[in-house]
Amino acid sequence: MPGKLKAKIVAGRHLPVMDRASDLTDAFVEVKFGNTTFKTDVYPKSLNPQWNSEWFKFEVDDEDLQDEPLQITVLDHDTYSANDAIGKVYIDIDPLLSSEAATVISGWFPIYDTIHGIRGEINVLVKVDLFNDLNRFRQSSCGVKFFCTTSIPRCYRAALVHGFVEELVVNEDPEYQWIDRIRTPRASNEARQRLISLMSGELQRKIGLKVLEMGGNAVVGYLQCFDLEGESGLVVRAIGTACTLDKLIPGTASNTITHTNTAPASNACNSPSKEIKESPMAHGCRSSHNSPVHSACSSQRLSHSQNFSVSVPTLVFTGMGSGISVGKEAGPLKTLLRQQAQSALEQREFPFFTLTCFPPGFLVHIGGVVSARSVKLLDRIHNPDEPETRDAWWEEIRQEIKSHAKALGCHAVVGYSESTTICEEVCILSASGTAAMLNPRFMREGCLDAGGSDQRLSRQPPLGMVGSERAEGEVSSSWLGFDDASPPSCGFCHIPYDEFNMPFPAQLTYCYHCRRQKVPDVLFTTIDLPAEAAVTGKGCLIQARLCRTKKKAQGEVNATAISNLLPFMEYELHTQLMNKLKLRCMNALFGLRIQISVGENMLLGLASATGVYLSALPAPGGIQIAGKTPSDLSYDQHISTMQKRINDTIVMNKEFYNIHPPECIEEVVGSPIPDRQRSRLFRSTSESSDELSELDLSHGKKDAFVLEIDDTDAVEDIQSLLTDAPMPAGFYSCNTEVMPGIYNWTSGLQMFTSVRVYRLNNANLTNQGLNKIFTDLCENLLKSLYFKLRSMIPCCLCHLNFTVAVPEEELIQVAVTAVAMSFDKETQLAADKALNKGSGENEEQLQFSMELCGESTSSNNQPTAKPSGLPESAMTHSSSRDRCSTWLELLRLKAHTIRRGSVKTISSSERCSPLPEVRSRSLRSTRSLPCGAPVTVVKMTPLSFLPRTRIVKYLGIINMFFIRETTSLREEGGVSGFLHSFIAEVFAMVRAHVAALGGNAVVSYSMKECVFMENPNKNQAQCLINVSGDAVIFVRESDQEAIPPLITSGQTSTTGADGTT
Amino acid sequence: MQIRYAVFTPILCRTQRFNCAINNTRLQMLFTQTVPGAIYLLATVSPRLDRYITLVKAYKMSMELDVFVGNTTIMDMEVYQLWLDGLTVSDAVKVRMDEGALLECEANPEVLTSDTMDQFRTFQMCERLLHSPTKLGSQLLYQIPAQNQIILIERYYEFDSVFAREVLGKKLSKGTKKDLDDISCKTGITLKSCRRQFDNFKRVFKVVEELKGPLVENIQRHFLLSDTLARDYAAIVFFANSRFETGKRKLQYLSFQDFAFCAGQLISYWTIGAMDSMMEDMDVDLEKEFLNELKDLKVLVNDKDMMDQHKILVCAALRGKIKVYKLMEVNFKFIEPCRYDRWTVAEITLFLTHYTNAAHCLGTFRHQMIWDRYMGVIKSCILQMYHE
Repeated sequence: MPGKLKAKIVAGRHLPVMDRASDLTDAFVEVKFGNTTFKTDVYPKSLNPQWNSEWFKFEVDDEDLQDEPLQITVLDHDTYSANDAIGKVYIDIDPLLSSEAATVISGWFPIYDTIHGIRGEINVLVKVDLFNDLNRFRQSSCGVKFFCTTSIPRCYRAALVHGFVEELVVNEDPEYQWIDRIRTPRASNEARQRLISLMSGELQRKIGLKVLEMGGNAVVGYLQCFDLEGESGLVVRAIGTACTLDKLIPGTASNTITHTNTAPASNACNSPSKEIKESPMAHGCRSSHNSPVHSACSSQRLSHSQNFSVSVPTLVFTGMGSGISVGKEAGPLKTLLRQQAQSALEQREFPFFTLTCFPPGFLVHIGGVVSARSVKLLDRIHNPDEPETRDAWWEEIRQEIKSHAKALGCHAVVGYSESTTICEEVCILSASGTAAMLNPRFMREGCLDAGGSDQRLSRQPPLGMVGSERAEGEVSSSWLGFDDASPPSCGFCHIPYDEFNMPFPAQLTYCYHCRRQKVPDVLFTTIDLPAEAAVTGKGCLIQARLCRTKKKAQGEVNATAISNLLPFMEYELHTQLMNKLKLRCMNALFGLRIQISVGENMLLGLASATGVYLSALPAPGGIQIAGKTPSDLSYDQHISTMQKRINDTIVMNKEFYNIHPPECIEEVVGSPIPDRQRSRLFRSTSESSDELSELDLSHGKKDAFVLEIDDTDAVEDIQSLLTDAPMPAGFYSCNTEVMPGIYNWTSGLQMFTSVRVYRLNNANLTNQGLNKIFTDLCENLLKSLYFKLRSMIPCCLCHLNFTVAVPEEELIQVAVTAVAMSFDKETQLAADKALNKGSGENEEQLQFSMELCGESTSSNNQPTAKPSGLPESAMTHSSSRDRCSTWLELLRLKAHTIRRGSVKTISSSERCSPLPEVRSRSLRSTRSLPCGAPVTVVKMTPLSFLPRTRIVKYLGIINMFFIRETTSLREEGGVSGFLHSFIAEVFAMVRAHVAALGGNAVVSYSMKECVFMENPNKNQAQCLINVSGDAVIFVRESDQEAIPPLITSGQTSTTGADGTT
Repeated sequence: MQIRYAVFTPILCRTQRFNCAINNTRLQMLFTQTVPGAIYLLATVSPRLDRYITLVKAYKMSMELDVFVGNTTIMDMEVYQLWLDGLTVSDAVKVRMDEGALLECEANPEVLTSDTMDQFRTFQMCERLLHSPTKLGSQLLYQIPAQNQIILIERYYEFDSVFAREVLGKKLSKGTKKDLDDISCKTGITLKSCRRQFDNFKRVFKVVEELKGPLVENIQRHFLLSDTLARDYAAIVFFANSRFETGKRKLQYLSFQDFAFCAGQLISYWTIGAMDSMMEDMDVDLEKEFLNELKDLKVLVNDKDMMDQHKILVCAALRGKIKVYKLMEVNFKFIEPCRYDRWTVAEITLFLTHYTNAAHCLGTFRHQMIWDRYMGVIKSCILQMYHE
């Protein structure tokens, strides 16, 4: 009996009128936990009842405490007939189980009914007394903290990062049970809501147990999803990163940053054996993306490097006719597993991390994006009620991801996520992440107690620069003594594997920053921009959109058709991304998220990422259009017009994104592939930006990305390139946490959710027509968002992630949840100016960084053997090359080569001009409304922080699932009115829960599911929404006692020189 | 709402009814509303755009659902005014276009329509809360900054004085509601807006009718209105309650503000609440006792002697000061004659002052207190009502 749950019902307000005769309500409340129910007295004839009940006490196991929600039902007493339910409140009491989170839940909760929506509010008090029990951790995992945030939460430091945890539970979907035929929609919805709540609790408890087993105390980057499989069941699954977190003592946090440079240069745990094994010098470099498709009858793997000179796809045909596989083939996987022996990381089954933001020094090198997809048939699951089959599916995919990472010379995958899309009985499982080399120090026990380490791990934002977090780059100097240290600002760009044994030919150059190691020409990742990265100019959102028609089919035929289409789609999406990246004169993508959604007669693909110009990488070349066929005059003219427009756009974009890489003197070292090897000395004396753009264009003509106009797809590409409307002045957008190049956020922010559904009226659309529609649709949505948020100018839309779905034939649904954050224009201008000026100081900087490089490399400049594990997989790939020549031919047709354009070295990113403290721009009204206690303002954001504030406490995870249904769609304002009020209700319920926990914000908020179904003929609609986030308490920076000296943005990183003011 | 696009060759240019140049893209729109709820946008693309794209291309796609929800509810106060004015979405879009909304943020008509619809829907959903403004502050559904809440409420309860003038003194009943059609035609205010204003009057009236305490304060407490607006509402409630015949032909020239002022005076000085603020009674009704006492004042008019005496005194005091002196004698019930004779405001003031004071000098007149209370209000009312 390890816990006692106590609940008290205080009062209600704004209740609906339940008795038409008196225009009043006789309300009472049922409080239920597990199988125990209590009732309050009836409070007669009032819309604002004051129950002031006794404390209802439930004595329960902590296992139940974790699984079950507290269920509060408000009813209207009726003497003669059955009591009418007004609505319900489910309260997740998990936050009360951790000593560090909330201690009491107290506040007004909206009373929610799945048919009528919110009907009044109820004031509730909930407490939990936990008894100490030696046996306590047998079934339950009370006390394990969960965070949706995909970085180390701000008031903690990570003592240890244990690694990947996952769990999956299955149940029958109440909506598909026989009883659903006879029960009311309300009963069915409530059964579903309750079931998902229970399953989430169970899932969290089970994951918690795994974390305890590993010796951790928290899960960071917790991502929970549910799959509505229909007949075969309802799956709730979750992944996360187990960590041991230590709470930072408030007050010390702000000091730590300034201490960093005094940290000891090397740690005791630098065992020499490790150094050799993980020596980075052995790693060549390549950026690559693998887009394998695993389908039942044919397991196809396709990888191509980002430059799309695809010559070594890891394409494996396993032979046809084996039928749709539902089990897993564990055999070969085990052998793979055995190969991994020594490293702390490789001992783990899956060296995956759901984190996207890391303490400086954690990421050593980044390989590229790895992804895997698998098409499965749900009606072939043998025992649908058991999780084994799905477990095996995911296991298979994860193994694939792992082997892809190995092929890229990486031992870990960061920014890892999983998703599904379901259409009828076909289910596509997807996983993606970024292959990376990590600093093993963070994974080893007892290594982080050495002085100075806490600074690195805490992600406490530097005061005055919140949001930018560049100050963390400052710790660089303390890392110089490490085995695999390279100057931290560019280290992650360096190729992680052997350049002489690359599975893909790629363009390599010496790093434009340290000039010691090789970097790829383009880098794609799924993570956020590392804090230490040096970036030139600003970034922007880049989207690739694709629509492909598909014949209607069923079962295996359908699955095969889909799996055949997938690799082409991935390829197309990448081509688009690449083109758009070049058009913006950028060379790296962060936060890449590719979503593929299946409908009955089409597939939708949407890739979003934030493009940036990484100073360490070479400047991208231009785009050149070439006509293939001998052509007449007008055709040539057309091409040259197009070319001109493209060139103009590039110039315009450079100006817009402020990309003016400082001119430089640099020799280009060619890639290891001999025929491409060239060495060129490039000198330019002028500093002007005009000169630069001119430079690039000339290069664009010589060795640019070539688009052949004969290719119909290329025409399409060009169209889509040029139809992307430029952002209106004053707006920036990105899909990552923050926008590189913007630092001076004000506290003004607006989180929003926008959903659109389009109906395609024309049944026989071509791929091209569909594409156009889909592109217009996304562009229009963006335009609408800009227009809506124009009052916030200058602002940046952050975390702009679209979710697409095909809810029905000929319907396209696009949903987006993002946050608009305004920044201060004047200080921004000042910062930009300082940036431009900074180029003059290059030399000084350069000198410094060179010194650092020398220091770091002298110790470990011995080339070592290629990393174990890599060769084998590489070999397999190459041997399979011949087998799929037709496939290759196809890809080759489209292959583009990229060559470097102009060259540059060091970023001049001395953004150290102390930014004046900008006063918060909050619109707090002094005139308050005279109506009792004001409602707590709860801020919501999909980001892990709130600008100009400091998070002082995490109160627990918010994970809520709601269903709303209506049988009077027209009366509720049609589908838009219905969904509008439902989303507003969901926001309201999230805010109420946070406020009841004592919080004033939700960070890392996301709407993970929005399933909308309608039947206008029957005047009906139903919608399911799943949201999650972390409830926190924040304080405004200005509220803090003393403001310590501002720390420079130091995004420059390069030097580690701190520009404290 | 469906939006359909068709891109035509430049020849169709001539038929366009609605032109708008969007920045440099030279897109011209033909804006028609043939079917309710469906806007057809016929765009002509100028030859400047890529000729390879100017194929006649028509594709169909309709927006089935379009929703934008902010954690803080976004409200454009200009659109709010259009909504309050009772415009339809398409009319509001036209107004916004005329006002140059398309120049902002590179918007196009589609964006504008979507935004307008969304805003209108938001207001419609909030309307329920605006009916009991105190709820707006304590509800959890919409997170609206306190400042915006105040504006929302204030604007919602604002009314057109032309409309108020029409309704003034009428019974706030269903019967009157049926006449709103006529009022709408007469005033040019949309029926929707008329309904809102009428319902506001009725709602405020219903709530404060039976309440005790000062009328203006009651209105402010329950509807969170500004002082000025609350006073206007007090006037409306007052007239609706006492049903003065404001519709008389003679009074046609008076505006709502004139009446509102008079009502304010009456409320301040002639109601029970006015005399004794401690008394738990209402401001809505005139003090009965006072009205009875007023009958005593009739002695001034009825009693020939006293009237003459009063007249002489007033005339004596004014002699030489007012040119129109002789006319005045007959004009003890006034405004119209004064207007006819073009008295100045100053002259009226002077006259009224002496008129009041003269009564004090009458030895036989005993109701000094009541007289002052009566004349104070009458004087200010007359002055307010005395204009063209």
